[in-house]
Amino acid sequence: MAGRDVARTVTARHVAVGAMALLLVAGPLFLGSYWIGLLTQIVILATLAMSLDILLGYTGLPSLGHAAFFGVAAYAVAVLSTTYRADFWTTVVAAVAIGTALAAACGLIVAHVRDVYFLMITLALGMVLWGLSYRWIPVTGGDNGISGIPTLDAHAGLPLSGPAAFYYVTLLVFLASAALMRTLVRSPFGLTLRGIRENEGRMRSLGFNTWLHCYLSFVIAGAFASVAGVMWAYYNGFVSPTYLDLTASSELFLMVTLGGPATLVGPVLGAGAIVLLKNVMSAYTARWLLILGIVYIVAILAAPRGIWNLGGRRSG
Amino acid sequence: MNGSPALVLDGVSRHFGGLRAVDGVSLTVGAGERHALIGPNGAGKTTLFHLISGELAPTAGRIALFGADVTRLAPHRRAALGIARTFQITKLFPGLTVLENVLLACEALDARKLVMHRRADAYGDLDARARALLERFGLSGLARELARNLSYGDQRKLEVALSMAGRPRLLLLDEPMAGLSAGESRSMHDLLDRLDRSIAVLLIEHDMDVAFAFAERVTVLHQGRVLVQGDRDAVSANRAVQDIYLGTEPVRDLGSGAEG
Ligand SMILES: Nc1ncnc2c1ncn2[C@@H]1O[C@H](COP(=O)(O)OP(=O)(O)OP(=O)(O)O)[C@@H](O)[C@H]1O
Ligand SMILES: [Mg+2]
Repeated sequence: MAGRDVARTVTARHVAVGAMALLLVAGPLFLGSYWIGLLTQIVILATLAMSLDILLGYTGLPSLGHAAFFGVAAYAVAVLSTTYRADFWTTVVAAVAIGTALAAACGLIVAHVRDVYFLMITLALGMVLWGLSYRWIPVTGGDNGISGIPTLDAHAGLPLSGPAAFYYVTLLVFLASAALMRTLVRSPFGLTLRGIRENEGRMRSLGFNTWLHCYLSFVIAGAFASVAGVMWAYYNGFVSPTYLDLTASSELFLMVTLGGPATLVGPVLGAGAIVLLKNVMSAYTARWLLILGIVYIVAILAAPRGIWNLGGRRSG
Repeated sequence: MNGSPALVLDGVSRHFGGLRAVDGVSLTVGAGERHALIGPNGAGKTTLFHLISGELAPTAGRIALFGADVTRLAPHRRAALGIARTFQITKLFPGLTVLENVLLACEALDARKLVMHRRADAYGDLDARARALLERFGLSGLARELARNLSYGDQRKLEVALSMAGRPRLLLLDEPMAGLSAGESRSMHDLLDRLDRSIAVLLIEHDMDVAFAFAERVTVLHQGRVLVQGDRDAVSANRAVQDIYLGTEPVRDLGSGAEG
């Protein structure tokens, strides 16, 4: 009986993934530019949410400052492409490198602490970087942020322009990132991350330097967050401190927990749900944070393991 | 390296506030030696294991493994020297499958634990080692089950299986038989008897018969101190030991008195 249940939920999951893939690939062919814009937001934020899943879902490290690396990479794109007029590849490579290097520096501190201390220290680091984007006016433009980022097709010299072309570029980056992260979590290293989540003390006594594994997990998650930040900067054409603020990190946290941590697919669903909800709701109310809070409570009560795990949880 | 004992403790102490849980313990376990650590509840046996494996730092004294001073070394570095342990309170990876549990343990001392581009089950030798281990412990049929779903007895077997995955040269076993049924306990006993003779074992065991059948040397701990230490026959003939173990009740009182 249990076996048949599992078979049914697996099938439901396959159908869900198939429908999602169809929408992502063929959607722009029949959707208007508003909806293509939402799809673009979804795949970029899905990349970001998957990167947090490596940390939160697989390694069990709850970061409340993960949007900082996303934001810093976006700022790097803005500064390099406007102030320094750097070419496309220089901008992209440098922005991802800066976001990753920042994660590598922060990781030296945060990889030592766990649980609620990890939560607090990542929150604090995120706040510091947010404050920096707000106050370091000569570089960041302060409250106003930086506008005038060239469109991707102009900057990269692509033959195609328009929202659909940009969307397909982000879709490709999303798919490549998803494939890499999926390979990572299924690897021997990925298994060690899940081991740390399940019982770090036992990992140490077996002979794992768990600090190193947590550190690498943090840096890798930061690198993929930076990739998402680069796409976000080109998508919006401007950057502002809201990219790094606590709301951004909380939304991100919710995407992962709502969708289903330690699944990678769940955070994609979570990103889709939050982006749609935010855009639909903003037509009716400005109290987005209140809505977010309610969604969080309902999600915890109705699907404590996330949407993707509604039909029962597999080893993950 | 081969000549040095597996473990040397020299005046090792650990205090918790005013409580001297381990108090100036000296102890040597030779390479391949079978050594039993016995003593009433609260004697400090588990705390001593925490000190040897590095989970706790000693308040005083020195610890050497295979001739190397490890007093200040982190647990994972001690494991790399060839020590492994089990826990009195089972410490598994509950949300992973039984096979993943042992695969992880087999990876622990292997450089491939950092590989990110291949599947975890892609390495035939690691996979074979993990499955052979499950076979040895009679857990093969449960390989795909989540560890948290195992019966208590099977969880205890997995606990011991994890400790043997890294091919240790010194094994610390903290009451591996506790809570097992008579049949399970016998098969665990057989398993320990069949262990490779090159592996030194330090066994904490409450059942005196089991302890004395297994070990050639015995250390009796009482209120954190070594009460008696020596060859099995000398220890079993010792008056103080007989006093403690022939009247178990008063000693248990002593032990719990020390806790309060
Ligand atoms: N972390 C700790 N903090 C304070 N006291 C502790 C701690 N760990 C152990 N103790 C105390 O140290 C003493 C020795 O405990 P330990 O667990 O080493 O005994 P044991 O010989 O393993 O007993 P048992 O046979 O019941 O397993 C006990 O009195 C215990 O309460
Ligand atoms: Mg004990």
